[in-house]
Amino acid sequence: MAKSDQGKKKPKSSGPMIDDDSVWVLGTHMTKFGRYSDHDAVDLASTSAIAALQDGGVTIHDMDVFAAGTLFQASSGMAQQVQKQIGQTGIPAYNVSNACATGATALRTVMLSIKAGEADMGLAVGVEQMGKMGLLGGAGSKKEAKVFAPSGRYGAVTGTDGYIGTAGMPGVFAQAGMGYAYENDGVDFEQFAKVAYKNHLHSTLNPLAQYQKEFSLDEIMGAPVMSYPNTLLMCCPTGDGAAAAVLVSGERLKSMPKKVQKRAVKISASVLTSDPWTSSAQVQPDVNTLTRNAAAQAYEQAGVGPDDLDLVELHDCFATAELIHYDNLGLCEPGGAGDFIDSGAPFRDGRTPVNVSGGLISKGHPIGATGIANIYEVATHLRGEAGDRQVKGAKVGLAHVIGLGSACGVHILEKAA
Amino acid sequence: MTVKQVPLVDYLHIGARPYLKAKACTSCGARFFDRRIACGNCGAQEFQNVRVRNQGVVTAFTIVHRAAPGIPAPYVSAIIETDDGTSVRSNVVNCEPDPERVKLGMKVKLTTYSIGTDDEGTEAIAFGYEPA
Ligand SMILES: [Zn+2]
Repeated sequence: MAKSDQGKKKPKSSGPMIDDDSVWVLGTHMTKFGRYSDHDAVDLASTSAIAALQDGGVTIHDMDVFAAGTLFQASSGMAQQVQKQIGQTGIPAYNVSNACATGATALRTVMLSIKAGEADMGLAVGVEQMGKMGLLGGAGSKKEAKVFAPSGRYGAVTGTDGYIGTAGMPGVFAQAGMGYAYENDGVDFEQFAKVAYKNHLHSTLNPLAQYQKEFSLDEIMGAPVMSYPNTLLMCCPTGDGAAAAVLVSGERLKSMPKKVQKRAVKISASVLTSDPWTSSAQVQPDVNTLTRNAAAQAYEQAGVGPDDLDLVELHDCFATAELIHYDNLGLCEPGGAGDFIDSGAPFRDGRTPVNVSGGLISKGHPIGATGIANIYEVATHLRGEAGDRQVKGAKVGLAHVIGLGSACGVHILEKAA
Repeated sequence: MTVKQVPLVDYLHIGARPYLKAKACTSCGARFFDRRIACGNCGAQEFQNVRVRNQGVVTAFTIVHRAAPGIPAPYVSAIIETDDGTSVRSNVVNCEPDPERVKLGMKVKLTTYSIGTDDEGTEAIAFGYEPA
């Protein structure tokens, strides 16, 4: 497949044809993100799984494969626990854990089974129940040692977080943003804050978002500083939630009613990368290189370019992260992420709307659910079913997640004919 | 009686002239601070110890206000690129934790300081970088 001409929009009058070996989203769902004291992760995952099956007009008995993603309950056998709620049909069940890319990896697991010809249809669910655990900053130091004795791979005599820089997420991503500012003169605190302004604004139109409240730029910049330049309102909250998707092979979709085909969304690219060796990543996770690699592969697979995208859901765990991913995903000129937000391009009415869901910053980030929730968001727009926040005429969208360590998932979705 | 001192991490050499020690892959030159089985860049298994230059520049920083328990805040965390091109994560010390004072591209040099004494009277020495 050839890469499309940059800067030239593809004709969008008709969607993709249904090839036998293509894979499609048949049904999808996400719960409202928030805090559920009367539901556990199994309840949330099961609820979302059943709703995605219903959305696709199928049942658990039609599924050939099942994957469940959760990070904090990775060893709980989530997939089997959910099966015991929604139907124990004996199909292969995979438990998936891959940092913040857990949901995307679960989805890809199902997709690969279909690609391999083992399955015609499969179900992926992502879930997390985090409660109030603080801002993903929970990398606490070891308790002060009574005796300073070296241990671990660095021979540390006590906890190093706070002595050897920060290991907390708000700080790690702050440094990632400041690294971009170092390389690109003029990128500043206000531009990072504008990202949060935009996403909080977008969230007011999304009833599934954990928070739906607009904040002024002054309120965002004046909020308590977590790790400069990230203030409290520039960090994603913790929360609970689930999202699910039913995938189907093109061959099987062809045999389904036209009405069903019309709502199906093509997965034009599905990519997962880990980080190649870089010098700086030995001391601080490099969130850039693997995202750039994933984006390049995804555009190649889908045969589209960044200019073809009608909307993007990207991994804005912190405002600093979103800004640098404009550049990593090729949405702006190299080095131009600051100008990109200043120009209004990533706002809902802009050239390339980014995180119209409110993003992780306001929609929330129940970790295992995130990588399927962004597929839900993009698919819902492509189907024209996004209500008040609908991006008009959306035909092509991209969903991106990154988990530290690192793992990056990029999916490109296209509207059916 | 002299107090026994230990480095916070084993890649810090303490004493009159402190410096950081890296393991450099003899095949590709990639540098590491942790215990190694093989090189993450090329897969080779031979390393030599190298002394990292004490001077460098701040290529990224953050000012941490919500710190891990027991860590005084705010403090400055930074990524330093040393003059020999080694990436180091460290606190910036002897510099006010204020975005007006810490600057991207700022020249810094290695220093050490005590982070406390254990029950047996052993003192742990950490490294930081201070404005040069
Ligand atoms: Zn090597």
